[in-house]
Amino acid sequence: MTRTKTLLAYMLLLLFAAFFLGPIVVMFVTSLKGDELQILADMASLKAFWVAHPSLENYAAVLSGRALGGTPFTRFLFNTVLIVGSIVVGGVIVNSMAAFALARLRFKGRAFLVSLIVTLIILPFEGLAVPLLLIVNRFGWLDSYHVQIIPFIAHPFSIFLFYQFFTKLPRELDEAARVDGASYWQVYRRIALPLSLPVIATVAILQSLEYWNSFLWPLMVTRGPEYRPLSVAMNNFFGQYPRYWGDVMAFAVLTSLPILVIYLAFQRWFIQSVVRSGLKG
Amino acid sequence: MLLLLTFLIAPFVMAVILSFTNQRLISPLPTRFIGMRNYIRLFGDRDFWIAMRNTATFAAVVVPLQSGLALLLAILVNRRIRGINLFRGIYFVPVVITMVVVCVIWYFLLLYPQGLVNALVRVVSMGRLGPYDWLRDPRLAMPTIILISIWQGVGFQMVIYLAGLQGIPRELYEAAVIDGASPWQQFLHVTMPGLRNTHIFVLVTTTILAFKLFTQVEVLTQGGPLGATNTLVRYIFVSGYKELKVGYASAASVIFVLAVLLIASIQRKLLTEEREI
Repeated sequence: MTRTKTLLAYMLLLLFAAFFLGPIVVMFVTSLKGDELQILADMASLKAFWVAHPSLENYAAVLSGRALGGTPFTRFLFNTVLIVGSIVVGGVIVNSMAAFALARLRFKGRAFLVSLIVTLIILPFEGLAVPLLLIVNRFGWLDSYHVQIIPFIAHPFSIFLFYQFFTKLPRELDEAARVDGASYWQVYRRIALPLSLPVIATVAILQSLEYWNSFLWPLMVTRGPEYRPLSVAMNNFFGQYPRYWGDVMAFAVLTSLPILVIYLAFQRWFIQSVVRSGLKG
Repeated sequence: MLLLLTFLIAPFVMAVILSFTNQRLISPLPTRFIGMRNYIRLFGDRDFWIAMRNTATFAAVVVPLQSGLALLLAILVNRRIRGINLFRGIYFVPVVITMVVVCVIWYFLLLYPQGLVNALVRVVSMGRLGPYDWLRDPRLAMPTIILISIWQGVGFQMVIYLAGLQGIPRELYEAAVIDGASPWQQFLHVTMPGLRNTHIFVLVTTTILAFKLFTQVEVLTQGGPLGATNTLVRYIFVSGYKELKVGYASAASVIFVLAVLLIASIQRKLLTEEREI
């Protein structure tokens, strides 16, 4: 009885695994087929999951920029890494400081600010994009890195996560430090921030996923390949005719690989961050 | 705070103000106050209502389907058998794949008439069904977008449900077994109530995500065929960015933001009231 049950569970598990992994395997396999005609011949059969003569030709075309109108893939990768990295680093600093101020300093309107931030969490960015476009256009910020970074540094949900963590830290800890003559800044820098490492990891992972994915905003504020991130470049490349699936899939693999590798290396942390994001309930 | 103010609150306030003007991104005409005219035009536009209906349909289908599948998967992987961590890891993989890439892969699989999905349908139905033009048939385009979205996103909710399941005390199940409860009764009377907080979180966040639908539609169908997959966010994008009608798009933005806030607060209210009973 339990044996057949376990067997059944395994069969279901495998079925779903095929469902989630199948398309990703096809992406990898197709990117390794140098011959476009071969791809078209294989695409509707099990051969779509198998490559007889792997070739890196597509990767060479994408990395050198031959397939991309002269801009090498690394340019877009650099753009995305720079943008996402700046948002995450800047975000951790700014949001943790804001949260610390809200959790520890006493000032008028503190409670109001906290509830405002909780409301802002559900404010969808997509509804603000157009007026924001007008603002950054007035600033003369279009087509730059900072236009893709600065608006996203302050992040209500991150502030909220830090805030929750800081309010749970025992007050005795920083009161002791205050008695010893430490300023608020020193308490934040030497005590609160080092203790909040798990929150920092959570915020960093969730923001990286969010902004590695961001599409609407970079689509609106970048004009040429110079500041364009991977997502928009991928879409443009995909929309080019004639479409060479081998090159497109090589681009797709290269775009996914960095996050995929980080995910495989830090799987436990990823899962933890998702769980932590759900704890607020 | 200053950053929040500049980039979150200011744009919203501006959206409200702009929605009463004829502001354009680049325009020789001076900006004028035009009262409710944007809203009147917006509500008179058939395409706006189509986008509204599509967005609502998408949310109404995706939210229960994705949450349900997530719960099913969570229950499936919430057992102690060999290799289970591997399966959990695999189900989460699509979540870390960039949405544009997800769209590209699925576009390839769904090609008409020679794509892998059509081949699979043909084999399974023994040649009786297909091929289908998944993304260009007005009746199929939206269901296809829904499936792709679920494929990408369901791992996230699964992890949250898994954590919820593991938070239910084991003794409750033991007590239920002693009382002679069947597995189905256990699910109904122990699992579901134990997951109440998780349900609230998953429902509210998935709904908001569903309302933001844009990337899949822009990459795969550009809102087509015949507007069958156009969404509110894409409507805002097209009128504000492509047609440069900032004032008009702001009016649509205001409606969009209000709709999201309204639905989120209604959900939260209904669900928390239920909890008190």
